[in-house]
Amino acid sequence: MSNEARREDGSTPNPAPYSFGGEWSPSAVEIERRIARKKQVRRKALIAAISSILVLGTLATIVITSPGWKVLSATFFHWSYGFQVLPKILLGFFESNLILTLIASVSVAFFGLVIALIRTSRSAALTPFRILATIYVDLFRGIPMLLVIFLVGFGIPALQLKGVTNNVFILGIIAVIITYSAYVAEVIRSGILTVHPSQRAAARSLGLSNFQTLRHVVLPQAIRRVTPPLLNDLVALIKDTGLVSILGVTDAIRAAQIEASRTFNYTPYVMAAIIFLCVTIPLTRFTDRTLRKSIERQNAQGQA
Amino acid sequence: MRIPVLEISEVRKAFGSEVVLEDISITVPEHTATVLIGASGSGKSTLLRCINLLELVDDGTIKLDGQEITSVAANPDEIRRKLGMVFQSFNLFPHMKVLDNIILAPMRVHGISRDEASEKAIELLKRFGLSEKADQYPDRLSGGQQQRVAIIRSLAVQPRLLLLDEVTSALDPVLVNEVLSTVRDLKDHGMTMVLATHEMGFAKQVADEVCFLEKGRILEWGSPEQMLENPTNPRTKDFLQRVHEAGRL
Repeated sequence: MSNEARREDGSTPNPAPYSFGGEWSPSAVEIERRIARKKQVRRKALIAAISSILVLGTLATIVITSPGWKVLSATFFHWSYGFQVLPKILLGFFESNLILTLIASVSVAFFGLVIALIRTSRSAALTPFRILATIYVDLFRGIPMLLVIFLVGFGIPALQLKGVTNNVFILGIIAVIITYSAYVAEVIRSGILTVHPSQRAAARSLGLSNFQTLRHVVLPQAIRRVTPPLLNDLVALIKDTGLVSILGVTDAIRAAQIEASRTFNYTPYVMAAIIFLCVTIPLTRFTDRTLRKSIERQNAQGQA
Repeated sequence: MRIPVLEISEVRKAFGSEVVLEDISITVPEHTATVLIGASGSGKSTLLRCINLLELVDDGTIKLDGQEITSVAANPDEIRRKLGMVFQSFNLFPHMKVLDNIILAPMRVHGISRDEASEKAIELLKRFGLSEKADQYPDRLSGGQQQRVAIIRSLAVQPRLLLLDEVTSALDPVLVNEVLSTVRDLKDHGMTMVLATHEMGFAKQVADEVCFLEKGRILEWGSPEQMLENPTNPRTKDFLQRVHEAGRL
């Protein structure tokens, strides 16, 4: 790395005593090697194909020849019925799951960041908040989200406080935000902790205040590092918005349930699953790519 | 007589029960360079970090331009504005381009506009032959170039005193010279500095005073000629002998 950089700016005074270049054609040894490599590649492809057909074919045969397959495919994969109910499920997805995801992800990013900052701060004035934040994270990372949804969705209206909403949609969002903020706070906090202390020392020695150091030096590096796990949490969040259906919010899952219980055909559930996949698979691929890029970037830094 | 830029008297520092600095007294007049030599773990880095208030002293005082910076009432952020520090491991901010690394403190700490700060930064980059690197990220630079950028970054806030902590220790031998000549250039322009280094030849060139530290104490100090050629303390002799054997004199 360093040698290349030196060559770029021409600071190495002596040119190499010998030079490469000119016309080059592969030698007999190299040609032979390439032919051998091609053979290897073809052999590997053949093995992969045979093993895939064998394993997947066997699995498919077992499922299709099973005694209940006819009944099962009629109740779960009744496609014409599925497309008939698709609009209702889609409506539930767009009106509930998607809006829930948008509102929750923005709020979670905000609260998660605030909690992470409180937990990593060393300010004496923030001590009580630090204690509260720790308790909060411990609690809501430990309680299953379904229970949080129950507690918020049924508990808050039961308090009968004036001015507090009974809207299950809003209560559902609140429950999701409460749970996910605890997770995201921990992810961001781990990112903050992985920024090397020498970065802080360098910033402080330049005269930057504690807050300026955090804002300009620590956080930008921390957030970059935790972007892949945060995207992973976003995928999980999208799926978990389906849980608020238990409060009676008509989301994709609830819409499918209504249809399924009317006809005793479960194809609507499969349709709902497909809708979720249409969003989560591209997002997962995107997450993988981001992760790969971030690893590459870190490796590049390691070599510098 | 003018007030010295830095006046350290009877400083002591311990980490737990381990005493790392004891009875350290050094005076650095304006436009002079004081070089700290000694084995790893002798307390050189800790002393520099104490001057920068990255560590708090356990006893004694440090004065900068006559103002006691170890006083409880002193504001560390304000004092650090007058100091520049360069680290062994460069510590450039990897998410910022070279230019942004340099103008961060002038803009955020000293309230200079982006345009003015950039102009000055580019001037400095030109002076040290790095103007082509302004728009690159630090990881695209060689170690020597990174360290020179780090030096420029600390110069951009026009410090009264520059602290250099083994600035060539992480570099391969070919790259050491470009950094050392940068430091020599600063010294020739009158910068006051305190350096910790293992490069004895370089110490002889830039130092006005050399202090030999061992186990947190200054065992011997004097002019570079006297210290590096005719040390009186047997421990200094022993240390220089070992450095010589390692081929660094």
